[in-house]
Amino acid sequence: MACNSSTCNSSGCYKGYEEEEQPKPNTKAAVNGGNSCQNLCVKCKVNEPVCCGIGGENSRFCKDCFKNNLYGKFKQAVTYNAMITPPDKVLVAFSGGPSSRVVLQFVHEMQYKAQKNYDANKDKSLPVFGVGVAFIDESSTHSFTSQHIEKAIEDIRLIVSNLAPPSKELFVVPIESIFSSDGIDGKERLKELLDAVSDVTGKEDLLSHLRILLLQKIASENGYTRIVLGSCTSRIACHVISATVKGQGYSLSADIQYVDSRWEIPVVLPLRDCPAQELNTLCSLDGLKIVELLNGPCSGINGLVSSFVKVLQEENPSRECTIVRTAGKLTPFHFNRVPEIHDSNVPSATRRHQKRYTLKPNGSLSSDSFCPICNSPLKKSNFPSSLRSHGSQQNPDLFASACSSCQFQILPKDPSLMEEFLSLLPQQMITKAKHGDQGNFSLLREQIQEFLFSDGENEI
Amino acid sequence: MEADSKPKKSGARLCCVCNQNRAALKRPKTLEQICRECFYAVFEEEIHQVILENQLFKPGDRIAIGASGGKDSTVLAYVLSELNRRHNYGLDLFLLSVDEGITGYRDDSLETVKRNELQYGLPLKIVSYKDLYGWTMDEIVKMIGLKNNCTFCGVFRRQALDRGAALLKVDKVATGHNADDIAETVLLNILRGDIARLSRCTSIITGEDGPIPRCKPFKYTYEKEIVMYAYFKKLDYFSTECIYSPNAYRGFAREFIKDLERIRPRAILDIIKSEMVQSLCLAGGAESRFTKAWHWSYSRPKQ
Repeated sequence: MACNSSTCNSSGCYKGYEEEEQPKPNTKAAVNGGNSCQNLCVKCKVNEPVCCGIGGENSRFCKDCFKNNLYGKFKQAVTYNAMITPPDKVLVAFSGGPSSRVVLQFVHEMQYKAQKNYDANKDKSLPVFGVGVAFIDESSTHSFTSQHIEKAIEDIRLIVSNLAPPSKELFVVPIESIFSSDGIDGKERLKELLDAVSDVTGKEDLLSHLRILLLQKIASENGYTRIVLGSCTSRIACHVISATVKGQGYSLSADIQYVDSRWEIPVVLPLRDCPAQELNTLCSLDGLKIVELLNGPCSGINGLVSSFVKVLQEENPSRECTIVRTAGKLTPFHFNRVPEIHDSNVPSATRRHQKRYTLKPNGSLSSDSFCPICNSPLKKSNFPSSLRSHGSQQNPDLFASACSSCQFQILPKDPSLMEEFLSLLPQQMITKAKHGDQGNFSLLREQIQEFLFSDGENEI
Repeated sequence: MEADSKPKKSGARLCCVCNQNRAALKRPKTLEQICRECFYAVFEEEIHQVILENQLFKPGDRIAIGASGGKDSTVLAYVLSELNRRHNYGLDLFLLSVDEGITGYRDDSLETVKRNELQYGLPLKIVSYKDLYGWTMDEIVKMIGLKNNCTFCGVFRRQALDRGAALLKVDKVATGHNADDIAETVLLNILRGDIARLSRCTSIITGEDGPIPRCKPFKYTYEKEIVMYAYFKKLDYFSTECIYSPNAYRGFAREFIKDLERIRPRAILDIIKSEMVQSLCLAGGAESRFTKAWHWSYSRPKQ
């Protein structure tokens, strides 16, 4: 069953993962032929199965087929959505949990293979993409002992250093660095900011918005071109339900696609089709070390939704996939694909390579304005006309430019506290509030690029 | 009374609307402290506004109220009669009850509806599955087991309501579906990927291109508030669940909605008004046309 095609990218194909290893035939099982399939891997029907997929008893796999199945889904997502191309520098967001451990492993495997191909190849036109790892230290928001967090960081350093060659840079960044002032000052400001949010769910959501902003900052300051998140099917299913429940339905489709380019550095989700249960199994099968940082159970709506989905999943293992598929029917936004490269400094071989894969979705939503806090796209009708006059540069009307969900759960109810709240927010959010209706220039530019002369006058 | 000390002991809270009476309860929807009289007023007024804004009725309409004897339909019958009188809707109201043939549940609740007929002075019509289809739900459950009963019962009930409405020669059927019910249905349809149903379940008026349109005046009314209203007004209703409901899949969604309401009451309305649902409806447009045609052809009265 070894595939002979060199360009085969189908999800079940072994070739994508390890070319050297052939499945070792189990002589006992080989005699069996058709009967008692329960004793054989459902995929290769040769080896003995060692684990189950989410199909339960109907999907018993041997170790290799199980790994290949998951890796195949990852590879397909990456290729079909042109997530990672040769000139890219990819930053993997690593939380220590099973999903981010697997995505780190898979990205590493892909890079390793690309490196081997590069070394063996005479034509060096397509370089190997670079990989970095970012871990965000949120210990200032929880009561961990410093011993606990130091041990965790040590473990993470070890994991990353073992994933070489090619070597990867590791960034361990405390969450308060988002404020561009280090140490106690940042910690205090973060504490004040979170204390100013009375709603428990709002607090958690604000923290996750700060997290993504910090990842953007790390990526942009260090020349990375993509951020990879390990978000799996289960996490996305929870997001679908919680967004519906929080009244964030309009922006939901922006968050659950493979690619999210509304940020300066596009964010990609290659494990979107992988259920958490299978990722967990892979970690234990393959001995992938996980660093469990008990960030405390999510309370509020996020925790409720997560236990709800867990209960549903136990009742029916394909429930998460159904939820994601249902939400997948929503129209994505125009920024839910990788931006095209127009830089003439990039070798034409690379641009040809990327152009071949860039999808043009038929029918996508356009959006000019985004909430300064959560960056969700805003419906034009929600946008008050007062902001058309650019408001005041000193005191941007934060409330008016935010989405209804952030208005309710994050911003202070008392208008007199708004000024103070504004002073606590990180600079990136303030800037967005000031330039609320200028939207995402790079995407606008992309639409008219072919008509522009590059003589510098058209730079905004 | 003391002017200097703040009222710390319970019972010294004032209603936030009239600022005169003592607050008797906290509104589940908004957590406002309110007295009984103001609660009745705001409860009835909100429903009146929903009826006006969505143009649910017009003068001279004959309306059948789907009456099960439970709290939702009892309160609906009470409030509709009251608003009909107070605001001169000019409606002819009837009670329409469906007997599914569930012993220990439906037979008891029907007694309540018969009492409602006398209490509210509204003529009552009862249609039964046995007469219409030759089967009771008990017989059906014996056949198919305890899973997916609601699916059968729901389909049969909708047709039974249409038949009963045709017999009464009414223009519309009003049902007591409340905000919690609709939020549960939205969630269920998301979980099951049933986009066609999603497009129908949040509309306040459904079946307009079928034989009898149906409306849900309680679409934005919280279940807890309906219970409070019935409790304080001492309305007569039957408060047990259908004996087959513990096995229903809806139970998952119901638990979740109850927990959600405790954390954030407005979330229930957020689900119903959800943009996501609206957008998915557009996506499911083609499918729902097909299901509408099917539904109508099965609802036509027999020759």
